[in-house]
Amino acid sequence: MTGTTRIKLPEKPAVGEVIEIRALINHVMETGNRKDPEGNVIPRNIIKSLTVTFGSITILKAEFGPGISSNPFVAFHMRVPGPGELVFTWEDDAGQTTVERSPLYVG
Amino acid sequence: MEQKPTLRILSRRNLVVGGTAAAALAALLGTGRRSAWADEAAPAPAPTDPASAAPVAPPSADLVHSAQFEKALKAILKEATPTIGEPLTLELPELAENGNVVPYKIAVESPMIDTDYVRTLHLLSTSNPQALVASFHLIPASGKAAVAGRMRLARTQDVVAIAERNDDVFLIATRKVEVTIGGCGNE
Repeated sequence: MTGTTRIKLPEKPAVGEVIEIRALINHVMETGNRKDPEGNVIPRNIIKSLTVTFGSITILKAEFGPGISSNPFVAFHMRVPGPGELVFTWEDDAGQTTVERSPLYVG
Repeated sequence: MEQKPTLRILSRRNLVVGGTAAAALAALLGTGRRSAWADEAAPAPAPTDPASAAPVAPPSADLVHSAQFEKALKAILKEATPTIGEPLTLELPELAENGNVVPYKIAVESPMIDTDYVRTLHLLSTSNPQALVASFHLIPASGKAAVAGRMRLARTQDVVAIAERNDDVFLIATRKVEVTIGGCGNE
């Protein structure tokens, strides 16, 4: 259930170009507001944050609440500094961390 | 504990509210449904000068906002008075059949250079069980102050976006979304 990720980057952007990056992770994003058929509250478990780094730079730090849909998806931007690697780190309430690395090639 | 802001009118053109969060709320949501603070401020007459009745995003007069939302708004704005609208835009569908998956897009026209950039974009719901939906922290190297994703809406309500610039200027925008089937689980 948790952990499958999808990253979308443009293929060979130019250095200095502003690109759109899309990142998705499969996650239930359980709000903590729902009850099971017996009336017990289903404990909250959401992706709390997504951090995206490029080398030593943190390009994006996103914090999420339960108001984000399941399988949270984020589109954001970056000015291409050069070739390198983007590292995506998601963290959920259960303490599970998912890390995905995507090489960025430049044209 | 929570301070009730008081409303006082200094001049016809100068509407000052004790709490800036309350001011933003009043401007954004209209005063169709009175919240607690509005009642306290009741003696203040509404400004009649059209110039002081600033043109704001279309108010959804019949909608309520949660105490949660007021708190979250205040936590973000602190003492700041936000500028309404431009250059901040919030895109959402007018009608969402499924409140579990509502696409949103927040964007600010900004050069995104070291001396002039957007630091944070916040997304808030006025009547979900939890008001703060997401916060995105950006840097000049983000290149463009724009994010998109999908949110849950428990019911028909106003959605609010706030942008925080590096010069401590806050921008605020709102959109009303009609929700056919609410998200956020059973209530």
